[in-house]
Amino acid sequence: MATHRFVAPSPLPGFGLGFGITMAALSAVVLLPIAFLLGRGIALGPTELWGMVNTPRIWAALGLSFRAALIASLVNLVFGLLLAWVLVRYRFPGRRLIDAAVDLPFALPTAVAGIALTALYAPNGAFGQLLPVRVAYAEPGIWLALIFIGLPFVVRSVQPVLEELDPELEEASATLGASRAVTLRRVVLPTLTPALLTGFALALARSVGEYGSVIFIAGNLPFETEIAPLLIVIRLEEYNYDAAAAIGIAMLMISFAMLLALNLIQTGTRRRTGHA
Amino acid sequence: MPRSQTTAGTPFHRRAILALIAAGLAATTAPGARAQEEVQILNVSYDPTREFYREYNAWFADWWQAEGNGRLTLRQSHGGSGGQARAVIDGLEASVVTLALSADIDAIATRTGKIPEDWQSRLAHNSAPYTSTIVFLVRDGNPKGITDWGDLVAEDVEVITPNPKTSGGARWNFLAAWAWALDAYGGDEAQARDYMAQLFANVPVLDTGARGATNTFAQRGLGDVLLAWENEAFLALEEQGENAFDIVVPSISMLAEPPVTVVDGNITSNAQREAAFAYLRQLYSPEAQALAVRHHYRAWDTSKVPQDELDRFPQLTRISIDEFGGWAEAQPRFFGDGGIFDQIYEGR
Repeated sequence: MATHRFVAPSPLPGFGLGFGITMAALSAVVLLPIAFLLGRGIALGPTELWGMVNTPRIWAALGLSFRAALIASLVNLVFGLLLAWVLVRYRFPGRRLIDAAVDLPFALPTAVAGIALTALYAPNGAFGQLLPVRVAYAEPGIWLALIFIGLPFVVRSVQPVLEELDPELEEASATLGASRAVTLRRVVLPTLTPALLTGFALALARSVGEYGSVIFIAGNLPFETEIAPLLIVIRLEEYNYDAAAAIGIAMLMISFAMLLALNLIQTGTRRRTGHA
Repeated sequence: MPRSQTTAGTPFHRRAILALIAAGLAATTAPGARAQEEVQILNVSYDPTREFYREYNAWFADWWQAEGNGRLTLRQSHGGSGGQARAVIDGLEASVVTLALSADIDAIATRTGKIPEDWQSRLAHNSAPYTSTIVFLVRDGNPKGITDWGDLVAEDVEVITPNPKTSGGARWNFLAAWAWALDAYGGDEAQARDYMAQLFANVPVLDTGARGATNTFAQRGLGDVLLAWENEAFLALEEQGENAFDIVVPSISMLAEPPVTVVDGNITSNAQREAAFAYLRQLYSPEAQALAVRHHYRAWDTSKVPQDELDRFPQLTRISIDEFGGWAEAQPRFFGDGGIFDQIYEGR
C-alpha cells in the first residue's frame, strides 16, 4: 500500500494541477511575504542586521516575548488537555455550549479580548481588586492574554485523538494490575503526546507574535513589559523599516528554531509509539 | 488600521436630486460653470477628529452645493496619526490629510513627493485651522493637589501618558513637560533630563495611543493625573460626568497645531483640486471654527462662537514647536531611535 513514489497513486486525478494551485496559494499568502522580509535582511547584510538587533532593549523585548509565550503555552498544555478530557469523556448539561466556547478566542477580535481581560484584572477590576499581585500592566497580564488566545490550539489538537482512544485500553491496563498513574503514564499519555506537541507548538507560534490583545494589558514599559512586536511597531513609527525588518527576522529565526526542535521531538515520539 | 466611512449629511437620494437640480441651475444660469463632474474627496485624519469631521463634512457638502458646484462625495478615514501617514505613503489615495503633527505630513512629503516641501505655508496659521494644548486631567477634587508640572514628580503621584514613540499626542505631552522644566531650571538641560527621568519613573503604563491612555485613566482607574489633549480631557468630562474629574491647566504648555494639507500627487482632476483646497480653506470660516470649538478645539476666528463656550478655555502660555526648531529637528532629537526619550529608559 505504501509506495514511495513522488506521485502517489490516488483514486482522484489531478495531482499536478492540485500541487500547482497549492504552491501558488501558499506562495501568495505565506512564502512571498516571508521572502520579502528575508530579502530586506539580505540587502542589509548580516553585520548591519546583527548591529540593529544586538541592543539590550531588543534582547529584553525578545526575552519577554518568548518567555511569556512559553509560559502561556505550558499552561495551555496542561489545561487544554484537561479541558479536552472533560469534553470527550464526560456527559454533562451544557457540554456542547462549552465545546463551542473553546473556539471563541479564535473568533473574538484580539483587541476585545485584551480590553476585557484588562477591565477584569486592572487594579480596580472585579478580579484585580481581590488579587494580591498585580496582573494587568505587569508580566502576568501578558501571560493571561497569551493563555487566552492559545487555548483552542491544544484542545482542538488533542480532542479528536482522545475521541479515538478507546476506554477499553485503560480498563485492560487496570485489569492487568496497573495503577491509575501507570495507566496514565504508559497508556494514555504516549498516545496523546504527538497531538499535545502539535497543539503546544501551534499555541507557542501564535503567542510569540501576538500584538492586539497584549498591547492593552501589558503596560508597555521599555525593559519591563515591552513585547518584541511592539518594538517593531515603534520602529515603523520612526519610519525605520530596516530596523523593523531586523527585529522581525530575529523573531522569525528564533521561532523557526523552536518549531524545528519541536518537530524533531515529535518525529522521535512518533517513531517510539509506532505512529510512523 | 485605517477605517473609512462615507459621510452623507443628507440621505443619498435627496442629495442626488439636489445635486441634479443644482447642476441644472448652474448649467442654465452660469454658462461654463464646472458643475457636472462628480468629485470625490478622501480625508485621511487621526483619531480624535472623527466626530468633528463628520459634522464638518455635512456642513461643507451643503456649502459646496450652495456655491453652485457639482456633486461631491466626502469620505473620512481615522486612525493613529503616524499609522495614517504610513498608509498614505504606502498608497492610500488621500485627497487631503488632516493629521496630529506636521512631522507626519513632512514624512509623506519627503517619502512620496506627493506634497510640496513648502506645504505648511499654503494655508493660514501654519496650515493649522484649529489648535489645542496639553492639560492635566485629575481625579475629582484634585486629591493630590496637582497644580503644575513640578507636582508630577512627587513620589506618590502616578502619571498616565501614552508612548511618545507610537502616539502623536504623547510627543506634545513630552515636549510640554520639557518646556516647563527648561523654563523652571533656567535653561539647564541636564536638570531638565533629570526631571523627565523622574516624571517617567512615575508612569506605570505607556499606552500606544491617546484614546487608550484616556481609557486607562478614566475606565481602569489607574493613575492620579492624565496628560491629555485638551479636547480629549473635555470629552472625558462629557462622557464620565463633570463630577468624575477636574481639568488642571499648567502654567506652561504646548501650542499644538494639528495641520492639514492637500496631497497634490493624489489629485486627478482640476475639479477635485478645487474642491480639496476649498474643503481645507473653509475650515477657517467662522462656521467651521465654531464647530471646532464645539468639539473642544481652540479656534482662530471666534466671531460665531458663543461666549460661554469660549469661557471654558483658560489662558496659559503656549509654546510653539518652532522653539524646538520645528518637528524636523525635534522629532529625531527627542523621539528618534536613541533620542532623549530612549535615553531616559536606557540610562536607568
